[in-house]
Amino acid sequence: MSANHDDHHDAPDGHGRALRLGIGGPVGSGKTALTAALCRSLGPSLRLGVVTNDIYTTEDADFLRRAGVIDPDRIMAVQTGCCPHTAIRDDIAANIDAVETLEERFGPLDLVIVESGGDNLTATFSRGLADRQIFVLDVSGGDKVPRKGGPGVTSADLLVVNKTDLAPMVGADLTVMSRDAAAVRDGKPVLFTSIREDRGAHSVAEWVAGVVGSWQHEHGTPHSHSYLA
Amino acid sequence: MKKALVRARAVLRTGLDDRGLTRIETMRSDPPLTLRQTAPGEIHLVSTGAGPLGGDHFRLDVEVAEGTSLTVRSIASTLVLPGAGRSLMEIHVSVASGAALVFSPEPTVLAAGCDHAMTTTVDLADDAELFWREEIVFGRHGEQPGRCHSRFDATVGGRPLLRQEFVVGDPAIDGSPAVFGTARCVGSTLIAAPRSHGTSPAETGVAEPKSEPREAEVAEGVAVLPLAGPGTLVSALAGDAVELRRRLSWGEGRVLP
Amino acid sequence: MDGTAPGGPALNGAESTTPPAPAASSGMPAMHGLAGLLLLADSRLPAGGHAHSGGAEEACRTGAISGPEDLARFLRGRLATAGRVAAALAWSACAAAHAPKFPDIDPDIESPTDSAPTADAGAAWRLLDAEADARIASPAQRLASRTQGRLLIRTARRIWPAPVLTGLARALPDGAHHPIALGAAAHAAGCTPEQAAMAAAYTSVTGAATAAVRLLGLDPVTVHHVLAGLPYDSVIAEQHDWSALPAHAAPALDLLAEQHLRTEVRLFVS
Repeated sequence: MSANHDDHHDAPDGHGRALRLGIGGPVGSGKTALTAALCRSLGPSLRLGVVTNDIYTTEDADFLRRAGVIDPDRIMAVQTGCCPHTAIRDDIAANIDAVETLEERFGPLDLVIVESGGDNLTATFSRGLADRQIFVLDVSGGDKVPRKGGPGVTSADLLVVNKTDLAPMVGADLTVMSRDAAAVRDGKPVLFTSIREDRGAHSVAEWVAGVVGSWQHEHGTPHSHSYLA
Repeated sequence: MKKALVRARAVLRTGLDDRGLTRIETMRSDPPLTLRQTAPGEIHLVSTGAGPLGGDHFRLDVEVAEGTSLTVRSIASTLVLPGAGRSLMEIHVSVASGAALVFSPEPTVLAAGCDHAMTTTVDLADDAELFWREEIVFGRHGEQPGRCHSRFDATVGGRPLLRQEFVVGDPAIDGSPAVFGTARCVGSTLIAAPRSHGTSPAETGVAEPKSEPREAEVAEGVAVLPLAGPGTLVSALAGDAVELRRRLSWGEGRVLP
Repeated sequence: MDGTAPGGPALNGAESTTPPAPAASSGMPAMHGLAGLLLLADSRLPAGGHAHSGGAEEACRTGAISGPEDLARFLRGRLATAGRVAAALAWSACAAAHAPKFPDIDPDIESPTDSAPTADAGAAWRLLDAEADARIASPAQRLASRTQGRLLIRTARRIWPAPVLTGLARALPDGAHHPIALGAAAHAAGCTPEQAAMAAAYTSVTGAATAAVRLLGLDPVTVHHVLAGLPYDSVIAEQHDWSALPAHAAPALDLLAEQHLRTEVRLFVS
């Protein structure tokens, strides 16, 4: 079964379909842990699907399946041929195929999370793939990262600065990060998390739930195959 | 000295006898392409002369009639030699409903300087069974092969099952890691049987597949490849003919009990 | 586009596999279809091709490709086998898409009023697809080909909307084989069958070349020198009889494709 059904692509306005949320950020910043935490928190209230973009084989997908936070069949892995940013930005075909396959198979869904493969600070999601995106940094990358900006930091709908528990150990000043992020982000929200300690990542989950709510208010609640109409 | 070009044609047809057993209805052949019945329902190709040599045209037609079964083997490998122009081995086969054919001659060896063409068409009825092994050896020991172009076309109920061509001796292909790599021979076995198994003819030479392999399998130099249609191809590459046969046999064993 | 194709029996879903004659390319302006060809052959075409290595990743892993010389031999062999078959299928698909049995394609041809021709077109697409199936023995390669075909049709339908692409997607919902999708997309992009074949021949090697550059850190200029020297024209020929299309096998590619799926660490889909 696949998603080559009629005219999904003719509904780019997103009417009646799931919100597609991109989660991007550098390698090791905690994207997969955040995805798992969101599934855990939102799973009871939202109909979810997850697409992982793995660097190696299907390791992130396998991690999520083992974590048991979501029906393993609702996780699809996309391989990216050494170029994770290409798969979420320049050539999103395989990701769109995976998202639509999930919607076809399990729809209607409220939220499809697309987790990027770990990449660099310039990687962002194409608007053709993600309706909203979260960029995940961690403090161990250094507290200058927000100031340096880059499309991920400046344009993501939500910036998550993770691993705050490590800040004292790596000499990162959270105040500096917060101030610099606010300066380059033009008022868009920033959340500081330690997902390892707060497994539910409550603040991020609340933000996502809010975004899904306004998406559905604007585009209608997804119902079976409405996007085919 | 120029040799006279040889045209040889052989025809083989099966039928059912009074007791419902396979008998050889027609068996005609011209030297050097000679057919010999070696057992009930079993024929051996016996080469009664050198070759084929360049310029020779051999043709074999096989019709396996409804409900019969036939096995075709050869006594020795076929050594293709150079001569005046291109040699051609043409085989046309039809296997009727409920019939079974095993075709497993010894390898074709491409001697240096040869220029050979092989064309095979196999038309299977929907519920026919087939075991077809083909092995090509690139030159005698330590020898560079001549040229060879083979084409194999198998259809089931008129629908394409497997079509494959091999070209040996083309500089664009020889030694390519995408095609033969460092192998000195290539072989494949096509095993075709109806998807849903009814009762097979009692005397059939083709064993019923124990199960249609759902997944491909792969080992050193050999792969078991379920086709899109009702059949499986065992495909192998090897350094010599003995290793090639061993690899093909392993793969065949994965499909047949 | 003169759409000279008379509509072969194949398009009626009959037993013969003779496709319609391709539209003559000689009568077209020299530049016709070139922009479409460039877009289709561009590795930046957003149709998922970047994640496929065409067996090169596994060949790099096993050491069968370790430098530019091996890569050149790999690409030559790939072009002469898989590339030749892809070119022939793309030619045939593009030529078939010109046929009047595919409604609403050619404004000069009256649109049929009943739906029978659409059904015929669907049967013809499935027949050509079955011819592709019969030429790809490896299930891993069939899957990679279908996946890329499905993604390409999805992309092409948005870039060059055409009923022929909708018809192809409907006839083969899991995806047509990539060269068939490419041939149909080439038609929608205004290309000739010959240009479709060129796109197929070219893309049969560029993905593998790029993968080797990424995996082995080869000098990209050296690799492009290799690509520039490949004999693309030699694998492109006019095609008429679908059953007689080239069927050049590459046993090593089959083995690489199956081994690749079973390799624990891999970066590319195929």
